[in-house]
Amino acid sequence: MDDHGSDREPDAPMRFEVDRRTVIETGTTALLLAALPHAAVAAGYASGDEPPPPPVNLELQINGLRHSLTLAPRTTLLDALREHLALTGSKKGCDHGQCGACTVLIDGRRINSCLTLAVMHDGQSISTIEGLAQGGNLHPLQRAFVEHDGFQCGYCTSGQICSAIGMLAESRSGMPSYVTEDLTKSAAELTDAEIRERMSGNICRCAAYPNIVEAIKQAAGMPT
Amino acid sequence: MKAFTYQRADSPAQAAAAAVKPGAKIIAGGTNLLDLMKLQVETPSNLVDINRLPLDKIEETPDGGLRIGTLVRNSDLAADPRVRQRYGVLSRALLAGASAQLRNKATTGGNLLQRTRCYYFYDITKPCNKRSPGSGCAAIAGFNRIHAILGTSEHCIATHPSDMAVAMRALDAMVETVNGQGETKVIPIAKFYRLPGNTPETETSLKPGEIITAVTLPPPPPGVQIYRKVRDRASYAFALVSVAAIVDSTRGRIRSARLAFGGLAHRPWRVAHAEQRLVNAPANTTTFTAVADAVLEGARGFGGNDFKVPLTRRTLTGVLSESTTQT
Repeated sequence: MDDHGSDREPDAPMRFEVDRRTVIETGTTALLLAALPHAAVAAGYASGDEPPPPPVNLELQINGLRHSLTLAPRTTLLDALREHLALTGSKKGCDHGQCGACTVLIDGRRINSCLTLAVMHDGQSISTIEGLAQGGNLHPLQRAFVEHDGFQCGYCTSGQICSAIGMLAESRSGMPSYVTEDLTKSAAELTDAEIRERMSGNICRCAAYPNIVEAIKQAAGMPT
Repeated sequence: MKAFTYQRADSPAQAAAAAVKPGAKIIAGGTNLLDLMKLQVETPSNLVDINRLPLDKIEETPDGGLRIGTLVRNSDLAADPRVRQRYGVLSRALLAGASAQLRNKATTGGNLLQRTRCYYFYDITKPCNKRSPGSGCAAIAGFNRIHAILGTSEHCIATHPSDMAVAMRALDAMVETVNGQGETKVIPIAKFYRLPGNTPETETSLKPGEIITAVTLPPPPPGVQIYRKVRDRASYAFALVSVAAIVDSTRGRIRSARLAFGGLAHRPWRVAHAEQRLVNAPANTTTFTAVADAVLEGARGFGGNDFKVPLTRRTLTGVLSESTTQT
């Protein structure tokens, strides 16, 4: 039996999280939880487990604001944002770096926040969807997504927009892509094919891709 | 994810010394390790973070090659003007792998050491000799569309998933390492990866506690460089078959060629006598067929991956044909 729910830190609010496999495999989760001392459940540790490793202190600069955090080392950057800082704009889609819904920018570069630990980014600057609008004015990409209907359910949208910001910066800096014909040219022209290849790390289950491409083209100042 | 303690390394040798302890694991980009830790395929009790070590430079070597620090991110390596000019096959292979977000994080050393994407290796409820030695192999009689057709054993038919390593194999890259005593070593990439044999859990020739510090590329060989990847999606998918080719030819006659293959085996696959057949050979179908025969000698499918034999043949023919008409 592993320690289900153990991703929660000792200081986090108590919550019962039971994954589907636990229920299917054991069918006894409720019984098990009822039998454990309250504190052990809240800490996410079954009795007999090793005591949890000490939490770590770190500082993150998020959307221009400094945050001091004390976290279990295993806290991903995504969980730090969502569960500890209430910045729930970055979404947990697959939690395995396959969907891109958790995309944020670290020092201007797009990454999957689900596949990195918060503690690895101590002292770094992170931009999330919450920090893009300035004084009530949407970021040009946010506006373009609205104008071109670049979403349906909207779950992937914050990741799409953060990814597109990183993508346009990469493209401007001359980064090639898999579909760039001539690698020796310093910069590739952005085309529909280039945008699609460069955005392939962001999956949209509603398949709003044509409108996402149009929104990005508008924000990039390309004819749409 | 199981709980672990975290430390930041002060030097490569100190990282290596920390990593030799039981339960310790080095973390760099983390894009594969954290994925595996979430599934409890990997359960380290201590993570040694090397991200802040000064191993992120790409330098010219005196002989005209490049020395790539182990922490150079995949995206930065692919975009480096020297790599794009002189090692196009490497740039292309990197850009063919993963997504932009993952390439921004994934490192050179970490890419070399990433684990197979065999479904059964990832599923801790299934037997897998690589994850749990002696438990058996669920892939051999299971779903094996993505699995190996060359160099397999009765214990494991996993493939190495890297694109970058395939290009590096064609370029005869050298892997530089350091251990906890500060002793350095250089391992040719041809000797870096192992076949599964009886010990599929041991994938490389790295000793415990030995860590990668850099990868060196010799000066680029002459010829056209091509990386062709065949996969189930147009982007963001692992290779079913990939070919890294460096072919030097003139007016329909091949002077020399190097061919490395991904998606076929437990390591990037290269066959010296197949390449030898291309020396001074005419660039025609007869030659290409003979080369494909030599590359695929001993190939064996396991049902779901039988298609890889003809797919490799066709992909190779396409690459050789393209590379000999580009001069």
